[in-house]
Amino acid sequence: MNWKNYFSTSIGKKILVGATGLFLILFLVVHCYVNAMIFWCDGGKHFTEAAAFMGGNVAVRILEIGLFAGLLLHIIQGLMLWSQNSKRRSVKYEVSAGNKTSKWYSRSMGLLGTLILLFLVLHMYHFWAPNRYGQAFDAGWKEEDLYDKMVIVFSELWVVVVYVLGCFSLSWHLVHGFYSGFQTFGLTTHKYKSVIRSIGVAFAILIPLIFASMPVYLHYISSYQQ
Amino acid sequence: MQHYTMNLTLKVWRQRNSKMKGHFETFQVKDISSEMSFLEMFDVLNEQLVAEGKDPIAFDHDCREGICGSCSMHINGRAHGPWDQTTTCQLHMREYKNGDTIVVEPWRADSFPVIRDLVVDRSSFDRIIAAGGYVSVNTGNAVDANSLPIEKQRADESFAAASCIGCGACVAACPNTSAMLFVSAKIAHLALLPQGGPERKVRAVNMVQQMDTEGFGSCTNIGACEAECPKGISLENIARLNREFVGAMFSGSPQG
Repeated sequence: MNWKNYFSTSIGKKILVGATGLFLILFLVVHCYVNAMIFWCDGGKHFTEAAAFMGGNVAVRILEIGLFAGLLLHIIQGLMLWSQNSKRRSVKYEVSAGNKTSKWYSRSMGLLGTLILLFLVLHMYHFWAPNRYGQAFDAGWKEEDLYDKMVIVFSELWVVVVYVLGCFSLSWHLVHGFYSGFQTFGLTTHKYKSVIRSIGVAFAILIPLIFASMPVYLHYISSYQQ
Repeated sequence: MQHYTMNLTLKVWRQRNSKMKGHFETFQVKDISSEMSFLEMFDVLNEQLVAEGKDPIAFDHDCREGICGSCSMHINGRAHGPWDQTTTCQLHMREYKNGDTIVVEPWRADSFPVIRDLVVDRSSFDRIIAAGGYVSVNTGNAVDANSLPIEKQRADESFAAASCIGCGACVAACPNTSAMLFVSAKIAHLALLPQGGPERKVRAVNMVQQMDTEGFGSCTNIGACEAECPKGISLENIARLNREFVGAMFSGSPQG
């Protein structure tokens, strides 16, 4: 079999979803680390330095292309699996097992992923797009002042609510996704599965919690400034 | 536990053949003993239907001692009923109370078409086995068992995987109708033994390809299969199948 055949089997497709998922998990760590600099409470000094480093770094820009490719592959392949899998039981059960045999979030990865995607569109419209536009078209690679931008964006309460809900979806997506990624690569052996499960749950709670506290904190700062 | 009898309402799926549309039919059964198995309760119902000159309900059964994998009823939303690690034939009527309503459906998956009533065609499983779920023995006598030492733990793990009876509850329970638990059990029990070693890569690839050809869904690690498996086949087998497949993928299968 050639590579194309391998990647078109059901396991091959999931390897793509799992590998890109684990890559996106790494991205979350970096993104969370840099953004958490706002908690220095220094008016964004530390954060702005870190953001400028990330924004003006060629290596990071190249990785960003990989990140988008990975994200796109994860979304497309994930949604395709979701739609194909949902068509394989033409006559549905009159009575279904529901939560007795599985967890709701494990069955709802497509839905949770779609909610995260909707959040991402808004998120990129707020920060990524204006920043890249500024870099490309304004003289001298002008960086947006992302800290000021955050304070303005998060002064709106509804934006804060949407961001917190986005983090909530991300958390449930990760509770299943983290473990599932390792299972797809067959790494959840008897010896390691409880460790991977525990780290996965801790990750799924901790990272979205830190993310969610950012808009809440900045909303508080913005109301203080007014 | 005290013996008692009960009257029940049964909502059972009736379908004449794979082409026709099915529907639910409601039956009343009286004086069912709490000592009966679920299938014996169906025997009582069928005798009643025959006496009334009606078509009995077709359902699969063979050994009636939980080892053949023939029975396949989806009872009140659960494959093989509500008891853990129990086949339908070993589910007993003491689970139910007088006046209960029980909904009985066939395994529902496009890869398991209904033949009649509660009987589904599971020959897709046979074709997956035929694609590689065996060890080729092309010549000579069986070698002396002592010349093939096997670690006790591996033998136990292999045995646990080999206890899969191929009933299809995993497919019936899976929201994606994935057959990965079945395929992984068949692959794991051979991969863990030295006899299964030489063909392990080609086996993993061929069985997975056949599984896809049969139209089973893909595994998204939901875990309903493990919860419903009457033999307690573990998800660790799916991890092993994934390892076998990834190994075949990256180190090249004999097919190139």
